[in-house]
Amino acid sequence: MQTPRRILAVASTGGHWTQLQRLRPAFAGHDIAYVTTEPGHRDEVGAARFYTVPDANRWNKVKLVHSAAKLTWILARERPDVVISTGAAPGYLALRLARLVGARTAWVDSIANVDELSMSGALASTKADLCLTQWPHLATGRVHYEGTVL
Amino acid sequence: MIFVTVGTQLAFDRLIVAVDQWAARNPGTGVFAQVGPGDYRPAHIHSTPFISPVECRERMRSADVIVAHAGMGTILSALELGKPLLVMPRRAALGEHRNDHQLATAARFAAAGRIAVATDTDELGPRLDELDARDAGERISRYASPELLGALTSFING
Repeated sequence: MQTPRRILAVASTGGHWTQLQRLRPAFAGHDIAYVTTEPGHRDEVGAARFYTVPDANRWNKVKLVHSAAKLTWILARERPDVVISTGAAPGYLALRLARLVGARTAWVDSIANVDELSMSGALASTKADLCLTQWPHLATGRVHYEGTVL
Repeated sequence: MIFVTVGTQLAFDRLIVAVDQWAARNPGTGVFAQVGPGDYRPAHIHSTPFISPVECRERMRSADVIVAHAGMGTILSALELGKPLLVMPRRAALGEHRNDHQLATAARFAAAGRIAVATDTDELGPRLDELDARDAGERISRYASPELLGALTSFING
């Protein structure tokens, strides 16, 4: 019997969120909270705790700051043991900020990134405890291939 | 019924124009399009800028055929539902996305026989005519591969 962990799972709406939902069996038996950028996803997570943050990308510094501030508040409230993200920018911010609460961090780069890791993924690969690509040819010393969301 | 979606972030008028023109030539087929923040107002199909994630899923479920940008959320959802999917990739050179990753995405899934691809508006009509007659594909599992789930489970339990 494993100890239940507190997990914070973070993904922007769209493909990142769809891929995060496909990881749900790995969260079973743990205490899970979700963070995304679209309030409408609340209806998809059942009784799990649910937060939204402003969508952000590296071209909009103001939104990045807002997103980071909300993520900091969420992390302080949730005190997760593990933070997992499938992208994009808010997920990367969550991984960086996770250090504040001592959480371990995992990044799963989107299967859409066929030719190279996403910008967020490349940044996350130097910071996350576990960084996974979904394409074997993109695996390196720090970035591992361990199957796909399919 | 054909359901068209361009995702939540960016307009994709090139696709909507092409579908609208196809609908003008095929007036008997019902088409509903989620068009995003575009400028073009289609004349031959029903459209709305945005719909909720739950409504999007329901419209995909009830559609015979789905036409979309090559966004991963749309592709995965269509495969989960076993729906025939035709995608047209967004092009960075036309201001439709920040880069051309949708070209690679479309090519990979098409090579696996999972989806149909129209690389340009000229191809959209013919591809859509073909797709219309095609049977629904095999549904994929709702969840990631056992290998990926196992890696994450090990990490979480660390």
